[in-house]
Amino acid sequence: MQWKFPVLVALSILGVGLLLTGLVENRYVYFAAYVILQYVVLATAWNILGGYTGYVNFGTPAFFALGAYTATFLMLAFHAPFLVLLLAGGLVSGLLGLGIGYLTLRLKGVFFSIATLALTVVLQTLIINWEFVGGAKGTSILRPASMLFFSNYVKFLFMVMLCLAVGAVLVAWWLEHSWIGSGLAAIRDNEEAAECMAVPTLRLKILATTISGCLMGLAGAPFPLHITLIEPTSAFNLDYAVNSLAMPMIGGTTTWLGPLVGAVLLGVAQQAATVTISSELNLLIVGVVLVAFIMLAPEGIVGLVRRLVKGERI
Amino acid sequence: MFSMELLLNAITAGMLLGGFYAAVSLGISVTFGLLDVPNIAHPVFIIAGAYAAYAMNTAFALDPILAGLLFTPLFYGLGVVVYRIYYVSFEKKGEQALRGLVFFFGLLFILEVALSLIYGVDYRLVEASYIGNSVSVGIVGISLRLFIPFMVGLLLTLALYLFLAKTFYGKAIQGVSQDSLALRLMGADPIHMKTIAFGLGIATASLAGALLIVIAPVEPAIGREYIGRAFAIAVLGGMGSIGGTLVAALILGVAESLTSTFSGPSWSLAVSFGLLLLALAVRPSGLFGR
Repeated sequence: MQWKFPVLVALSILGVGLLLTGLVENRYVYFAAYVILQYVVLATAWNILGGYTGYVNFGTPAFFALGAYTATFLMLAFHAPFLVLLLAGGLVSGLLGLGIGYLTLRLKGVFFSIATLALTVVLQTLIINWEFVGGAKGTSILRPASMLFFSNYVKFLFMVMLCLAVGAVLVAWWLEHSWIGSGLAAIRDNEEAAECMAVPTLRLKILATTISGCLMGLAGAPFPLHITLIEPTSAFNLDYAVNSLAMPMIGGTTTWLGPLVGAVLLGVAQQAATVTISSELNLLIVGVVLVAFIMLAPEGIVGLVRRLVKGERI
Repeated sequence: MFSMELLLNAITAGMLLGGFYAAVSLGISVTFGLLDVPNIAHPVFIIAGAYAAYAMNTAFALDPILAGLLFTPLFYGLGVVVYRIYYVSFEKKGEQALRGLVFFFGLLFILEVALSLIYGVDYRLVEASYIGNSVSVGIVGISLRLFIPFMVGLLLTLALYLFLAKTFYGKAIQGVSQDSLALRLMGADPIHMKTIAFGLGIATASLAGALLIVIAPVEPAIGREYIGRAFAIAVLGGMGSIGGTLVAALILGVAESLTSTFSGPSWSLAVSFGLLLLALAVRPSGLFGR
């Protein structure tokens, strides 16, 4: 496996990000970039399960919010340091992913998807009734003025999310290029046939749900510090489910590049639309683009480009 | 805080609510249960029905349930169009399962955002003479805003049951879910039958939406709550069984009402979704599965 080149690219992206924090002062840039990078993580995480194995997860908000609330709880209860929050968020959501992995034993196709949706609502109800983390009203988080060598906290959060995004894409790239990726693709194409060919389907599915859940939890853990007021409606927002599924679908679900392309394009478009038009309208655009792609270009932008390139060669 | 009176009232309210839940879930029992179309957009069609009734009620002071009934042909047409698009784009190519699901998820999202763009996110309500009145039978109070939707829900269930069991089209629709090749050999076009059935499923959403806005004020995002409820009922009811749907709806209504009375309303939603998870994990074929 050629791992040197991707790692070099990843490191140079991180370097450019770091350089940026020294040059640009406008806080909104970091805020917007954080949101887009967060979608890169969520879309990539969703795709590890949805795109590679074909199990459609509507429960992104559940994993994301679980990460966010784990961090909130640790902050309120123990004033835990940032790294602990991050790791705990990833761990708890990863455990939920593990549980969901066992669910795939009994639930296939549509039933699995509906179960993940149900899980989201059940978790949200639990959080609404948990007074310690603020219940339905939510709770405000005080963030430190600065962190490490960054001149303000927003820059620090941006850098954290950039690391997570780069890390998530690397994980997806690695999965795809190892034997695990072939196994997952076999599950997507025909689970029973894969099982017959001695592909360890259950273990692979559990691995995919755990990694996917863990990444979503990692993306959620800094969320309370980013938004500074955490409450169930925003943490369990259905927009996360739609976006994290629409972005890979639009970009292309079979490669690591698809969710990245989809998240950057759709994320930038949404940020631009939120500023210039309205946030309601930008959600409408996401929905329409999603439906258009699923009907007309099921292989996504990456697939379209590939077909174009191949067509030119012939 | 526990008393016989409270318990009886909670059970009565739950039964009444259950009749309404049956109306909400029938569409899913038909489209998802019988036809295997992953129609998770159904709840938002119900919300659209509620807003149609609201628009008629505020503009012409029309009775909301009558308005819901008047809109059924329009919703039938809408259902026919949606099914045709779904059929051509997904079912015909044999890739309906997951991409079809995402299609309906996208549809749900588009309709919900469109409704909130038109009507805003404020709660809307309707006016009718029976809203706010109640009758008491012994120690049990029955509010008409629950009783009338309950009766309409029962009638709708009965009508759909008779249609599926007694008429040629109804039998053909049941046939398509079991063996569409056999149906074709009998000289009936399965796609035509599925189109009719899907249209009917969406048509029930118009009436269910009118019942919804009679029971409680409505805002666009409220449809999400009904995804879990309606699917829980359709799955518990045995996927496509109309009688089973009614029984499951009554059970869920009573369970929610009891939870809401004795543990607080914020828990009642968890009951339906919890039941759904339990049903999916333990017995996916439902209480009355085939």
